[in-house]
Amino acid sequence: MTIDPTREQAVIADLLAQTPTDAEHLLPLLLQVQAAVGFVSPQAIRQVAQAFNLSRAEVYGVVTFYHDLREAPVGDHVIQLCMAEACQAVGCRELAAHASQKLGVPLGETTADGHVHLEAGYCFGNCALGPTVRIGDRIVGGVTPARFDELLETLPGRHGNTRPVAGESAA
Amino acid sequence: MTRIFVPNDTGARSVGADEVAAALMNAQVVQSGLATIVRNGSRGAYWLEPLVEIDTPSGRIGFANVTVDDVAGLFADGLPDQTHAKCLGVVDALPWFAGQTRLTFARVGRIDPLSLSDYRALGGFAGLERGCTMDAKAIVDEVTVSGLRGRGGAAFPAGIKWNTVRNANAPQKYIVCNADEGDSGTFADRLLMEADPFQLIEGMTIAALAVGATRGFVYLRSEYPHAAQIFGRALTIAREAGVLGPSVLGTAHTFDITLRMGGGAYICGEETALLESLEGKRGTVRPKPPLPALTGLFGCPTVINNVLTFAAATDVLARGAHAYAGLGVDRSTGTMPFQLGGNMQRGGVVELGFGVTLRDLLERFGGGSYSGRPLRAIQVGGPLGAYLPASQWDTPLTYEHFAAIGAMLGHGGIVAFDDTVDMAAQAEFAMAFCAHESCGKCTPCRIGSTRGVEVIQRLRRRENPRLQWQVLEELCETMEFGSLCALGGLTPMPVRSVMKHFSADLLPSAGGGSVTVEVGR
Ligand SMILES: Cc1cc2nc3c(=O)[nH]c(=O)nc-3n(C[C@H](O)[C@H](O)[C@H](O)COP(=O)(O)O)c2cc1C
Ligand code: SF4
Ligand code: FES
Repeated sequence: MTIDPTREQAVIADLLAQTPTDAEHLLPLLLQVQAAVGFVSPQAIRQVAQAFNLSRAEVYGVVTFYHDLREAPVGDHVIQLCMAEACQAVGCRELAAHASQKLGVPLGETTADGHVHLEAGYCFGNCALGPTVRIGDRIVGGVTPARFDELLETLPGRHGNTRPVAGESAA
Repeated sequence: MTRIFVPNDTGARSVGADEVAAALMNAQVVQSGLATIVRNGSRGAYWLEPLVEIDTPSGRIGFANVTVDDVAGLFADGLPDQTHAKCLGVVDALPWFAGQTRLTFARVGRIDPLSLSDYRALGGFAGLERGCTMDAKAIVDEVTVSGLRGRGGAAFPAGIKWNTVRNANAPQKYIVCNADEGDSGTFADRLLMEADPFQLIEGMTIAALAVGATRGFVYLRSEYPHAAQIFGRALTIAREAGVLGPSVLGTAHTFDITLRMGGGAYICGEETALLESLEGKRGTVRPKPPLPALTGLFGCPTVINNVLTFAAATDVLARGAHAYAGLGVDRSTGTMPFQLGGNMQRGGVVELGFGVTLRDLLERFGGGSYSGRPLRAIQVGGPLGAYLPASQWDTPLTYEHFAAIGAMLGHGGIVAFDDTVDMAAQAEFAMAFCAHESCGKCTPCRIGSTRGVEVIQRLRRRENPRLQWQVLEELCETMEFGSLCALGGLTPMPVRSVMKHFSADLLPSAGGGSVTVEVGR
């Protein structure tokens, strides 16, 4: 996802206008910025720091601490493979190997066409039905390599495919 | 009208419940107005999901693992077809349910999670209504006498914590619910919040009355988007019904709850890191003392408990402390919602009084491995819990019995591995997970976990194994005793359990004669 800086600034200003700016609202606000923009840019950090009357270093510290907050844009779709123990017990390591091979990227990277960002997650509370995968806000259980390939096919925006994945929010 | 239940929880949806519900909407019985669809929560029998249930005069009839293609055949002449291959008969009569002692999970899957009348009809608010007639000290005493201990992992007596907050003299106090549920293999908090969210609201409100707090927060992990949606709606409904707000159930008490989302950091499940995060900061661990009970959120006295602890408090008040304490054994009183996951035939939430053996749980409820291969190792208590070999499966599930074998129950997660598991990889992962999630505040955890990964990798490559083994032992000791919190302090637990019980995996005999090492501890 990319966004031009003027538009980004306006989106963040909008969010700031709806949020109290005492420190306890910093993380909720940054999560909103992440959801709306797809990442938290240096410009966003400057803008937020000013509004909250914090130093940029303080805001940067929060951004770098939380795994959900990204400093740079990733792919159009984020696919998280659960790599925690209960999913390990039913083959998530093999699934990850398959997914990496299929997409041509290791966990933690985005495909060259920017379509998919593949990464590890650690438990989606679906530990009796693994291996589990998260795509946007959709959690999918029992994901075999074949099922993974089907899920890839349902992602909108590739080969003119516009069929949405049920429950998926803008990643 | 006949009700057809199709679960609307993360687990059921992950295997197609939404698609089944959509197909049922088009089914003849629904279209003709003879039946209606209710989206209940899951009963927690994930091995049966999607589990479709249909009202009949003899009880709710279930159909297991229903697919879209099955939908048309579930009914014969407008009645559930009990000869269908996937028909389970009356769901409540299944041994998997009948053999449980469900208190906290008594309502899950039976009710529409967002219906207050369903909630009340099955005993909801009985605890809070009683609490409203008691004074604060009496509520705390009741919880103390029940012996209820924190269900989030550390098992600290809830009554003692509540009493500390009650006795603190401060104008503002807070109730904080730890819904971070970061441990792999645990999903009971999520299920409760999705399938019976009013119970958590009730439990937190009881705590608020007990200590004199007017504001509460639920800190929910971002990995649970569906729970966030359902719980958020439950809060609105509770407010509109006057359960929350300026006059709790018509009394003079004020209490409201705010839902806050985490940012994908495991350490934010640690209570002081959670408080830092709620204050908008990096989730680093605070040294204790001061205790959160006295200097907690925004420096105010704070009760911080797990989802299941608050939920259990509703039963303590509804049934009375002695009835609750009558379940379980010794100082492990009441029931524990165990969560069976990983390579398990019948995974899900099994709530039982403390004291059954792990083997009983694995065999009678779990039904053995999912793969059909022999089980080899069971990790109990999340990523910081020990891996248990078969020789330890007869241990009764109580806090004390588990501590005695160098293990812990934690949040009740039970993850099964079959004989294809490479335990060296599991030990390496324990260290790697700690390195990934360390808050960075103290050296033994921040640096030690990375060194731990390297040492185990060298062991796995058979580079000077004798030396590496010794280094690993010393490293575990340093982490255990030198870490500020239990992330660094307990990561050695799974590692040592592998060293002790599965040493052959860490010291493979490849490339020549086997290496023999004295395995201490
Ligand atoms: C690394 C770490 C992670 C933790 N994660 C959780 C968690 O996800 N949920 C939870 O309830 N407690 C968690 N705890 C335990 C909390 O620190 C604390 O003991 C608990 O919230 C107290 O509530 P309880 O007494 O009701 O269990 C964690 C502790 C540590 C050290
Ligand atoms: S043990 Fe690890 S997570 Fe805990 S305070 Fe130290 S560095 Fe932070
Ligand atoms: S371990 Fe994968 S969903 Fe819990």
